[in-house]
Amino acid sequence: MAEHAARIDYRAVTKRFTRKGRRQRGAAEEIVAVTDVNFAVGNGEVVALIGPSGCGKSTLLNMGSGLYQPSAGEVYVDGERVDSPNSHVAFMLQKDLLLPWRSIRANVEFGLEIRGWPRKDRRDRALDLLDKCHLSHFAEHYPHQLSGGMRQRAALARTLAVDPSVLLMDEPFSALDAQTKMILQQDLAETVSGQGKTAVLITHDLIESIALSDRILVMSQRPGRIIREIPVDLPDRENPMARRQHRRVGEYVAELMALLDVGGHVADEVI
Amino acid sequence: MNATGFGTREILASLALLVLFLAAWEWGPALIGIPTFIVPPASMVWEEALFMLSAEGLVYHSVITAVTVLIGFVLGSLLGMLIGYLLGVSPTAEVVLSPYVLALQIAPKVAFAPLFVLWFGYTIYPKVLVAVLIVFFPVMVNVLTAVRTVDPDLVNLARSFSAKRWHIFTKIEFRAAMPPLFSGLRIGATLAVIGVVVGELVGGNTGLGFLLALGEGSGNTAMVFVTIIMLTVIGILAYVSVILLERRVLHYLHVDRG
Repeated sequence: MAEHAARIDYRAVTKRFTRKGRRQRGAAEEIVAVTDVNFAVGNGEVVALIGPSGCGKSTLLNMGSGLYQPSAGEVYVDGERVDSPNSHVAFMLQKDLLLPWRSIRANVEFGLEIRGWPRKDRRDRALDLLDKCHLSHFAEHYPHQLSGGMRQRAALARTLAVDPSVLLMDEPFSALDAQTKMILQQDLAETVSGQGKTAVLITHDLIESIALSDRILVMSQRPGRIIREIPVDLPDRENPMARRQHRRVGEYVAELMALLDVGGHVADEVI
Repeated sequence: MNATGFGTREILASLALLVLFLAAWEWGPALIGIPTFIVPPASMVWEEALFMLSAEGLVYHSVITAVTVLIGFVLGSLLGMLIGYLLGVSPTAEVVLSPYVLALQIAPKVAFAPLFVLWFGYTIYPKVLVAVLIVFFPVMVNVLTAVRTVDPDLVNLARSFSAKRWHIFTKIEFRAAMPPLFSGLRIGATLAVIGVVVGELVGGNTGLGFLLALGEGSGNTAMVFVTIIMLTVIGILAYVSVILLERRVLHYLHVDRG
């Protein structure tokens, strides 16, 4: 991927946190969350980040969205250095983070409202997105009236409402049951390819990373760094249901299992 | 829509219990030889109530107390919200003020009543002030804790949309503190009555607290009973009002069944 074409670009990014000692004053413990991370995501590309718990994947996303600053290195989005939250990126977490006191429509409007859109415009945009996310009948419902899958769909609509050029997703489907998850993955993949969005997707689900992305970046234990880049050379990125059934998915799973050191010897038997 | 589980049978049982209680009150004390100046029977209290309505201005005194409770409750709640939100969003302010807030919280608020009477005389101010002080704490503590425990991911979500500090307060923290605020208001509603009565007992010539003192002074037990019942009624009205308001404001918390 050519440097100048990158939508989001991590350059030698390191993040250290200091955790103050509980007892002794000044005994600060330094934790290196990620170290020397380099990767760029091109326009319309979907990249999955996979790695053990606590390897700093979420930290990378938070730096991408401008919530934290890297301790060293820089993050660029659309060629601009990220030094604060900006309108180029929007993120989506495992928790839907819908505000319980707002209707679904008002929740989708949330980002637009903060960005000062006029009432009428944001309403139209929210209704349009809810329609695309198959939630138009639930616009005036409240979050507690919706199922987990529908809530996460509303969260996706809220993320898309601000029209970010990069979507940062932190395990967006991991709290859902298996079927709902597959349906939402399908919706997401269709939306992302339909609108040509760029996305970074953190996941623990090996199949999800294979089914949804163009490239998988495998990270190490803390301090997290990228230990392998695996291009997913399979068709049907816009159709994960079809891609899941592809013959070669097993090979990718085996490779990821070996890299992540899950199930060691079991992986050999599966192949 | 039968959330509380009241069926016809439960209502009947409840009414039967009331009848039983009234009967026990009417004839019970006489049976075991308790004189009527200690526990006046229900009928005597009823007659006293009718007498107080016509001759002692029971309605007048009840309205005075109710209005004072309302004023004290509203002011105390607003003050509690104000300080609660303020301390909630400013950790520095909390650290600086918390020892004093704690000291004031531990001090028995009703003990301030004589002081306020000394300061303000036989006016409405001492009563309102005691009520304000009592209502203030549960409201403030609940709001403060709620603001502190807002999900940081919600705040980050707002920040990722480039929210200013003011947005985070108005769009998230303020609303997120509503359910605990209402728990505080419920407690405050019943405490406000106590605050006002103590104020009236200590110094005043109006209100139900004054009638309590009058009944006590003249050895009129039935009058004291009537006054206690009226105070309870005011407390219930205050509490129910808060619940009704809460249902409106927190409608989104009511879980649909089916």
